[in-house]
Amino acid sequence: MEEALAILIGFLVACGAYLMMSSNLIRFLFGLVLISNAANLAIFAAGRMTHGLPALVPEGADTVAGDVANSLPQALILTAIVIGFGLFVFSLSLVLRTYAEFGTADSGGMRDAEPEDADRPATLDPELR
Amino acid sequence: MLLATPILLPLGTAILLFLLRRHPVHKLLSVISAGVLVIVGATILASTVANGPMAAQMGGWAAPYGITLAADTLSGAMVLIAGIAAFTALMFATVEVDEATDRLGFHALAHSMTGGVCGAFLTGDLFNLYVWFEVMLISSFGLLVIGGGRRQMDGAMKYVALNLVGTIAFLTGVGLLYGTAGTLNMADLGEKLQGRMDETAVMGAAGMLLFAFAAKAALFPVFFWLPASYHTPAAATSALFSALLTKVGVYSLLRVFTLIFDPGNEVVATALLVAAGFTIALGAIGAAAEGEMRRIFSFHIVSQIGVMTLGLAIGTKLALAGAIFYFFHHIPAMMGLILLGGLIGRECGSERLDRLGGLWTAGPWLGILFLIPMLSLIGVPPFSGFWAKFLMIRASFEAGDFIFGALILLASVLTFFYLGRVFVAAFWQPRPGLEGDAVPACYPHRLLVVPVMLLAVVTLAISLWPGNFFALADGAAGGLLDPAPYLGTVLGGQ
Repeated sequence: MEEALAILIGFLVACGAYLMMSSNLIRFLFGLVLISNAANLAIFAAGRMTHGLPALVPEGADTVAGDVANSLPQALILTAIVIGFGLFVFSLSLVLRTYAEFGTADSGGMRDAEPEDADRPATLDPELR
Repeated sequence: MLLATPILLPLGTAILLFLLRRHPVHKLLSVISAGVLVIVGATILASTVANGPMAAQMGGWAAPYGITLAADTLSGAMVLIAGIAAFTALMFATVEVDEATDRLGFHALAHSMTGGVCGAFLTGDLFNLYVWFEVMLISSFGLLVIGGGRRQMDGAMKYVALNLVGTIAFLTGVGLLYGTAGTLNMADLGEKLQGRMDETAVMGAAGMLLFAFAAKAALFPVFFWLPASYHTPAAATSALFSALLTKVGVYSLLRVFTLIFDPGNEVVATALLVAAGFTIALGAIGAAAEGEMRRIFSFHIVSQIGVMTLGLAIGTKLALAGAIFYFFHHIPAMMGLILLGGLIGRECGSERLDRLGGLWTAGPWLGILFLIPMLSLIGVPPFSGFWAKFLMIRASFEAGDFIFGALILLASVLTFFYLGRVFVAAFWQPRPGLEGDAVPACYPHRLLVVPVMLLAVVTLAISLWPGNFFALADGAAGGLLDPAPYLGTVLGGQ
């Protein structure tokens, strides 16, 4: 089971990394989502894989009986999914606004904050040089 | 309860300010709340200095099962600094940030970011640290784009992209550590992982966390988001970011690579040394090539982050104390300079060096206020930067890393060059397009000048009494190198 999960994680990271190398921001974000899901699966695997052992306390008992699934990684992943979802929504709306401002979703065309050399301010008033 | 206050106060204030954001009183509340945070931070620091580390278990679940809040001298000092940074930057923002942006919730975002930063300084749980990072990140995203146009969107896109990648690396590292040690409490992790640095999973997790914190701290080779974005928002936002965000990255490096992973591990130390060296050099060279005030300051921050990381890379007590002293020196001086840059930009209508000028006749006292942080950042005695650089250079010479001491000295020469050029451009060159006498006299709003003066007073205090601040930094470094009291407080008793 762990092996299959490891292969899946590797596949997701590979796809994500490929998408993130694109200069298209939408592709970049999709790659990011794939990798963040791979990270969630990695945490899941770190909690050891079990099959059909829900972490439930039997009626009348105070603790779980015998081996059960580790519920902590599940709680961690839930938190990470919620956070990741919020960040993804923000990034998507940021890309949308950027697209509206620049008319392109290609990061190569965004040079407003860091202008190319020709548009850069001179370092001093030319007369003083 | 005291330990939860620096988190609950800003977050509660953020909610209140968001509800009141259309009411004029919300700016006053914002500054008052930040002022209270200063007092709380000072109380925590005083308590940790007097009685050693303190810890609180949230929800009454004993460590290592519950979430622990813990403070030692380093955390206490960082919370105090965060309070001072929020107080001064928000006071500046009450005038600088326009009405429309205020109505969108600028102050609420600033407080939720401060809350996230304080949470990161105080938590004793690795996953909780990740959550505070996210709180801080999402608020900083908001602050970066709020009320902005093309330039801000462009900067924010690059900032968001790289920080999200760092976040995923952080999360994966946390997962790997949990799989190896079965715990997430930082003190417990430290005990369980002692001497296990050569295991693949531990080293892999160390690498992930190193990358994540390096991206957050803006270390070479993942620093380029900082000069791409820090100059685009309001000057108050830039100043707040420069004081808090990168410093959380360096703080996390200091904490995690002394407490959880064995300090002085050869591989980690080498990686940090190389990254720190390149960061110092490239930051200084980048700053020298820029012609816009806040872009110069951005590259300068990068360069100084390298010096702080160098302290951890060298790893001796003097080096760690030097790095922590560097925090004390750098944050007020850098904030003062960025806020003044914003003020000068407002006076001259641009932040480009070729459009500044004439301010020496318009307001010579502004020049004096500029000289204090500038000389301090260059490292001219007796200003605070001299003591900070003296400590770091001495630490690297004592450890035999002569090249890094020399690098700090060379970077200081470059700092003199590029900060001096900003001074000459703003104060001594005639304002382009205006005759010498025609420069209008400069009467900036009082609330823009007071924060800069407060920060200058802090810088002067560190300059005149460096011994007291060094004793504090030395105590904090001692706590990092000998974690026994910290471990005892977190894991024992309660």
